[in-house]
Amino acid sequence: MSQTKITSREYEELNKKASPGTKSYKTIPSAFLIGGFICVIGQALTNFYMSLGLVKDEASAVTSISLIFLSALLTGLNVYDNIAKVGGAGTLVPITGFANSVVSPALEFKSEGYVLGLGAKMFIIAGPVIVYGTLASVIYGVILWAVGLIF
Amino acid sequence: MPNRISRSTILLPNSPSILASAAVGGKKEGEGPLREDFDLLSEDTTFGEKTWEKAEMRMQMDAESRALKKAGLHPEDIDVVFAGDLLNQCISSAYSLRGLAIPYIGLYGACSTMAESLMLASLFVDGGIARRAMAVTSSHFCTAERQFRFPLEYGGQRTPTAQWTATASGCLIVGEKNEPPYARAVCVGKIGDLGIKDLNNMGAAMAPAAADTLKTFFQDTGTSPENYDRIFTGDLGQVGSDLLYELMEREGIPLKGRHDDCGLLLYDRETQDVHAGGSGCGCSAGVLCGHILKLLKNGTYENVLFMATGALMSPTSVQQGESIPGIAHLVHLSRKPQ
Amino acid sequence: MDMLLDYGKAFLIGGLLCAIGQVLIDYTKLTPARILVSYVVAGVILGGIGLYGPLVEFAGAGASVPLTGFGYLLSKGVREAVAAHGLLGAMTGGLTAAAAGITAAIVFGFLAALLFKSGDKS
Repeated sequence: MSQTKITSREYEELNKKASPGTKSYKTIPSAFLIGGFICVIGQALTNFYMSLGLVKDEASAVTSISLIFLSALLTGLNVYDNIAKVGGAGTLVPITGFANSVVSPALEFKSEGYVLGLGAKMFIIAGPVIVYGTLASVIYGVILWAVGLIF
Repeated sequence: MPNRISRSTILLPNSPSILASAAVGGKKEGEGPLREDFDLLSEDTTFGEKTWEKAEMRMQMDAESRALKKAGLHPEDIDVVFAGDLLNQCISSAYSLRGLAIPYIGLYGACSTMAESLMLASLFVDGGIARRAMAVTSSHFCTAERQFRFPLEYGGQRTPTAQWTATASGCLIVGEKNEPPYARAVCVGKIGDLGIKDLNNMGAAMAPAAADTLKTFFQDTGTSPENYDRIFTGDLGQVGSDLLYELMEREGIPLKGRHDDCGLLLYDRETQDVHAGGSGCGCSAGVLCGHILKLLKNGTYENVLFMATGALMSPTSVQQGESIPGIAHLVHLSRKPQ
Repeated sequence: MDMLLDYGKAFLIGGLLCAIGQVLIDYTKLTPARILVSYVVAGVILGGIGLYGPLVEFAGAGASVPLTGFGYLLSKGVREAVAAHGLLGAMTGGLTAAAAGITAAIVFGFLAALLFKSGDKS
């Protein structure tokens, strides 16, 4: 007896019909709202740090550190993933999402030890962000330098 | 002696009995519609252990000891155990059984393991190779997430076709013909793959194998869905079930109305946020050992087909762009012996 | 009033950048990890060609908090470092500028792992 006589392409069509689509009318607005809200918190922190006398770049860096701290705390308290269920890209794209993707494997793989678990797996999700961000910046730097030589 | 009537279908003339079964579940399973059917439900899904892997092992041990107790047997009364789970190298099974000193055969059938182990246990007893055989499996949401997806605290959104790995374990003991329910026939599934690559749509990946096993069994035995009170699939979920209907419809075997999916029975999809339904070895194991066998015992059902489905990929194969092969094994359970 | 306008702009641009990410999640097969990589690289490119700087001027945290802002930071660091040290700056500028974020993630990640455990989900 042969496999059910149906091609992969036909089956993909059936699958598309059977699979419910994402409710984008819900997910996109909530990503907008929650992502926007996180940025407003960032703005409030920046304003606060500038009122303490930090210059803009410093205030911006301290804001990032603060948001990362908050994200780490919420991740540790088992809350961030619940916000992300609603927030989607709204909790993924801000720096807090980057922090969550570093903190969550650190928590998770501590059970495999501090070195090969926590240490080795901390950047299992966020690693590519640093790798490709750094590579892109180096390429940009080399181009800048080369252009500088020519002109 | 088992009587092979085709490459896949084997009748069991001695019709071994399911002597006893036990189902253990976690918190979410305890909030679902089948809460009354479990032997043990733990609010604390760590089961008092330090790691999630140990928790799953403990859960399996609970199922084993309860099944033995209900059967009035000791580990030394069991001639062979068939066990498997989702974790790499099937550690939940190996560690849960390491203290029991029962001859052990480890299986990997992904979420089809309950049907696979029950099938082999029934064949061993029917053929006189073993007097009593144990079949056990489990899955734990947290260990499966850690291994197959993301850290638990990672903030990700599940797609609507994603399924929820059940935190549950089921164990049953098959023995020589005694009281119902009996295992009357088995059908060994073939691997089917129609090119689904989406790890978040396993129901769709497994439905073709399920359709093939069902069709084969009906043809080999000359029966049709009307001959059975209920046909249970393991964890096709909503998407996979709909696709199974569609595939069977094309073969001229309408299934709707006679079919239930364990992944859809275990949770309330409206209130429990499981998207397309439950999944995992423990899903079909818990529902079989807690729910289905109970209904067979009390006479609600006369004849039932239990077919657990499995997706045979690994994170590596998926990252390498391979599609997901599916498998489905079937066991015919009945109140009447062969 | 100015302050309120700041917040409004941060909300609007930040929200918009996240909404684009959601569109990518919903309508493409891009995994979240790929989306994050794309955002950072896009930030480096947009920063490099001089488009992202004005956006940060306009929207403040609305442009610097999303991961494109992280990419922008890398490009800004490289530009300053190349101006100061030549080719060496191409190697040092990016990570130097991003050091605060990466180090904070490592430190707080480690501390969180010491203090907390991952929990069951429902």
